[in-house]
Amino acid sequence: MRGHERSMRNMNIMKPKNALKTIKRIISYMKPYRAHMVLVVICVLISVASNIAATYFLKPLFNRYIIPYIGQQNPDLSEFIKTILVMGIIYTIGVLATYTYNRLMVTVTTGTLYRIRIELFSHMQTLPIRFFDTHTHGELMSRYTNDTDALRNMLSQSFVNIFQSMLTVSGVFIAMLLLSPLLTGIVVLMLVIMVFIIKKLGSKSGKFFREQQMAVGKVNGYIEELIEGQKVVKVFCHENKVKADFDKLNGELFEAAKQANTFASMLRPIMGNLSYIHYSITAIAGAVMSITTGFDIGSLASFLQYTRSFSQPITMMSEQFNSILMALAGAERIFDMLDQEPETDEGFVSLVNAEKTEKGEIRESSKRTGIWAWKIPKDDGGAEYIEVKGDIRFNNVVFGYEKDKTVLSGITLYAKPGQKIAFVGSTGAGKTTVTNLLNRFYDVPEGAILYDGIPINNIKKKDLRRSLSMVLQDTHLFSGTVMENIRYGRLDATDEEVIEAAKLANADSFIRHLPQGYDTLITADGMNLSQGQRQLIAIARAAVADSPVLILDEATSSIDTRTEALIEKGMDKLMEGRTVFVIAHRLSTVRNANAIIVLENGSIVERGDHEDLIKQGGRYYQLYTGLLELA
Amino acid sequence: MIRKLFRYIGKYKIYAVLAPAAVIIEVFLEVNIPRIMAKIVDIGISNRDLDYILKMGTLMIIMAVTSLVMGALAARFASIAGTGFAKEIRKNMFYKIQDYSFANMDKFSTASLITRLTSDVTNAQMTFMMMIRMMIRAPIMLIMATFMAVSLNARLSAVFMVAIPFMGIALYFIATRAYPKFRTMFKKLDRLNAVIQENLIGIRVVKAFVRGEYEEEKFRDIADQVRETQLRAEQIVIWNMPVMQFAMYGCMLAISWFGGNLIISGDMLEGELMGFISYVTQILMSLMMISMVFVMLIISKASVTRIAEVLDEKPDITEKPGSEGIPVKDGSIRFENVSFGYGGPEGNKVLENINLNIESGEVVGIIGGTGSAKTTLVQLIPRLYDVIDGKVYVSGRDVRDYSLKTLRNAVAMVLQKNVLFSGTIKENLKWGNENASDEEIIEACKAAQAHDFIMSFPNGYDTVLGQGGVNVSGGQKQRLCIARALLKKPKIIILDDSTSAVDTVTDAKIRKALKKYLAGTTVIIIAQRIASVIDADKIIVMDDGKINAVGSHETLLETNPIYREVYESQHQGVVEYAGA
Repeated sequence: MRGHERSMRNMNIMKPKNALKTIKRIISYMKPYRAHMVLVVICVLISVASNIAATYFLKPLFNRYIIPYIGQQNPDLSEFIKTILVMGIIYTIGVLATYTYNRLMVTVTTGTLYRIRIELFSHMQTLPIRFFDTHTHGELMSRYTNDTDALRNMLSQSFVNIFQSMLTVSGVFIAMLLLSPLLTGIVVLMLVIMVFIIKKLGSKSGKFFREQQMAVGKVNGYIEELIEGQKVVKVFCHENKVKADFDKLNGELFEAAKQANTFASMLRPIMGNLSYIHYSITAIAGAVMSITTGFDIGSLASFLQYTRSFSQPITMMSEQFNSILMALAGAERIFDMLDQEPETDEGFVSLVNAEKTEKGEIRESSKRTGIWAWKIPKDDGGAEYIEVKGDIRFNNVVFGYEKDKTVLSGITLYAKPGQKIAFVGSTGAGKTTVTNLLNRFYDVPEGAILYDGIPINNIKKKDLRRSLSMVLQDTHLFSGTVMENIRYGRLDATDEEVIEAAKLANADSFIRHLPQGYDTLITADGMNLSQGQRQLIAIARAAVADSPVLILDEATSSIDTRTEALIEKGMDKLMEGRTVFVIAHRLSTVRNANAIIVLENGSIVERGDHEDLIKQGGRYYQLYTGLLELA
Repeated sequence: MIRKLFRYIGKYKIYAVLAPAAVIIEVFLEVNIPRIMAKIVDIGISNRDLDYILKMGTLMIIMAVTSLVMGALAARFASIAGTGFAKEIRKNMFYKIQDYSFANMDKFSTASLITRLTSDVTNAQMTFMMMIRMMIRAPIMLIMATFMAVSLNARLSAVFMVAIPFMGIALYFIATRAYPKFRTMFKKLDRLNAVIQENLIGIRVVKAFVRGEYEEEKFRDIADQVRETQLRAEQIVIWNMPVMQFAMYGCMLAISWFGGNLIISGDMLEGELMGFISYVTQILMSLMMISMVFVMLIISKASVTRIAEVLDEKPDITEKPGSEGIPVKDGSIRFENVSFGYGGPEGNKVLENINLNIESGEVVGIIGGTGSAKTTLVQLIPRLYDVIDGKVYVSGRDVRDYSLKTLRNAVAMVLQKNVLFSGTIKENLKWGNENASDEEIIEACKAAQAHDFIMSFPNGYDTVLGQGGVNVSGGQKQRLCIARALLKKPKIIILDDSTSAVDTVTDAKIRKALKKYLAGTTVIIIAQRIASVIDADKIIVMDDGKINAVGSHETLLETNPIYREVYESQHQGVVEYAGA
């Protein structure tokens, strides 16, 4: 299924929607290199001119300085030498120009790519979670890899090549016209034939190329799925069946790839040899003209050289054409991502360190004091401070990830400062959604969430999130040392504070057992740590952040019950004085919560503390005693 | 390097031979055309012999057309050979991976195997196609064109004595100096991609901790390094064009000067000089091509090495000869002084000196903390890994005596990290037994408590599952995996934490149904929950790679502190409130 979707996407990789607009936008990224580009254009002009001159000088050389002197004993070669010298100078300039524009283009290309990459990444950081929900990682990743790569090819090669080819073709054409309008007629005829062939081959190879992309999608999808499930294949001795299925898909890919490659690689020999045929015809016609009308041999020599340098740039252009289309389509996808609306933030309340005066008033502090305050700016330029306590209220919150699918319908709940609130319910009941709304990964369309009495929409997102520490079920650690990973919670934490947090999470002992202790590198896929150990590090990371509100979303799901019992003390200490939201699969984790909220289908069906709920004998009782399945 | 892979080309070998053959003819013709051109000018025009001109001209056109056909054929053959080569490589790799043992699989990560099978193969294909077209074409072109030039005028061709070594040395320097720079660049690029990937996966963490700017800085730093290294690498490569032009122009000037003098002194004809100049282009172009192939080869070396690693890996679990017909008679299991470690005999031991006896038809529970080697222990039974020391017996015979197919069909294992494949539910279940009838499937699903929820889907057993079984819940997936294993009708079934997402009541129902469905089958259950193993015939408590205790629930509760601790951590509340 996924393979199919992927191949459907690949169908469109070839064609840009609005090429002109995209080119303009790419050029706008090259603006800082305006001076470079002007120089590039000049150098390309010089380079092409010297290339044309290289051929053109054969004519005067033959006619004026060689033919008249044939057979002479002491020919006057001074003019001959002069011409050779002049040509030498022109050539040298040409070579220098070629080097210069190539060198300049390298700077322009790498610089432009750098800018686009940085902008893409920075912009990605501002995009709402919703964007990441609706795009696969592979899809976004290919913006940075395939699309950027195609763009790099276009910038570093195609741009200059096409420009150069166009110049050469027109330059050569004019030169030919000057030499012999009659022979140029043959050129025009050949040109028509060439364009016809390019079009024909182009559409054929395009069709097979798309087929190949589909087949590649299918084969890669199959490989991905089967390699991921390889151990199951082994356990069921299914190797032969899998091999047969693979052979079928692999065979289909071969057929499509064969055709696509054939037509793509035929272009060059066909065009090359057409140019030889052209050469032959011109030679015959030229020879006939030379006999009948006295057309000079020098001109014929030059003209024949031109026929060779005429077809090459045309072949080049037709080859570049496809890669340019691909690059433009890729650029469009990059720009499309850049045009995505960033997360909106209309907040004006900020989070500041605070201290209490003797009178009990809250005052802003420049140091970290362990006390925070919300700073609400007033019209007169002053500010009002409210101490951050961690009082959270949901008033009649309605929410759905998609328009007509409600996930939460009218949730009202409160958490008083320092309380531990637990959410219980099966998958899809809306537990995680509640926390997603609290940190504004998603915005609430209906109802309100108040944080110490302030609507959370009024709080700057950055500050809101800083006031909440989260431990997610799918703990993600970054490649780097263990120390760096824990410090991710608060960048200015000292080594001692990090170790303190690790001890709190009961992670210290296993970290010390790692080969390099706290300096052990965690690899990207975290192969060297078990899921449980990763969760312990994630807990330490949240502990070091030291925020007034703590959210634990299945934070201990991969830790076995014995270890969980061991970290309980640390967790209790961590939760002390903080408002805590706990989502847990295992109900032993939530037992000591001040309030347990049982969610079902987006509504609260029960609430109360453990004893109350057990006494009620309702849903929670059933869950707790294992009468119901929690999926 | 790529030669190593060449032996996998199989039936497409003929095309790999035909393509260069066509190229040789093409090149031969291409090289001769300028010579005929020279004749037209020198003989035809000087003698004003129109017949001769027409004759030669026609010959040239015939040659060009033949060359065109040969070129097109070469393209066709090269495409077949190249894509066929890729197909065979992919097939051989995929087949090889099917023969891998778990230990082989562990050596490569899944992601790296996928890359090797996809983009690395594509790289190898491109290099191969380029090779069979260019590797023949360029040297032959070089030799033939030089030969022609020499035969046209030996004295003048001394120019090439200077030009060819100059180009050769220059291109060699460019390629060899650029390669290490490119390698550094690719490494940086990998790092850049890793940062992006991490940010995509961990975007919620980044946002929750408000680390956008921090990540941006990290990215800016690595992007800057990419730009820097790319600049350094490309700076060298761009010398190609000017060097080529320099050599070309140099030759043109030298030939004009010396050739002009030769013509004046009557030692050379004008037409010959013109033909000579064409050879300059051909010779220099073929040198360029050789250097291009050279660079391609170097760049693709990494991919080829990665492919070869997969193909050269020796499956470390092999069948004994003559194991074919030996059947597994019953479900008894015996471990005798078994030691095992994932790192081989030298590495850390995960299991040490395990001795264990399980009777046929027993129900055995295994309990133990994370990392206590429960899974490792049971994986030795269907020989997913081989022991380092000691022996594992199934039905009284060393597991290494059976053929893998016999053994694994007799020992069904429901893995902890289980996978369903895209396809219908029925197709997935048939993995257990391809010839299972609908009745048998339903029966197995009923035992695994999966029938009811399957029937609640609109398409029942024909419901299509997405990749990885995304459209069923965790508990449902686990029950499907159990049903799939049941269809094998095994002698031994191992459930490795395979009901963790299933509620206790259903869990109990499954266990009860299994007893009936699998009468006489040995059942091994690894579980986190005490409730799952409470009524087993015996319970094994694992701790740190050793068997800590074996016994019934009651005895262990009394005598084993670990077991008691686990029990208490799970049952405090229930015991207190059970009566409420």
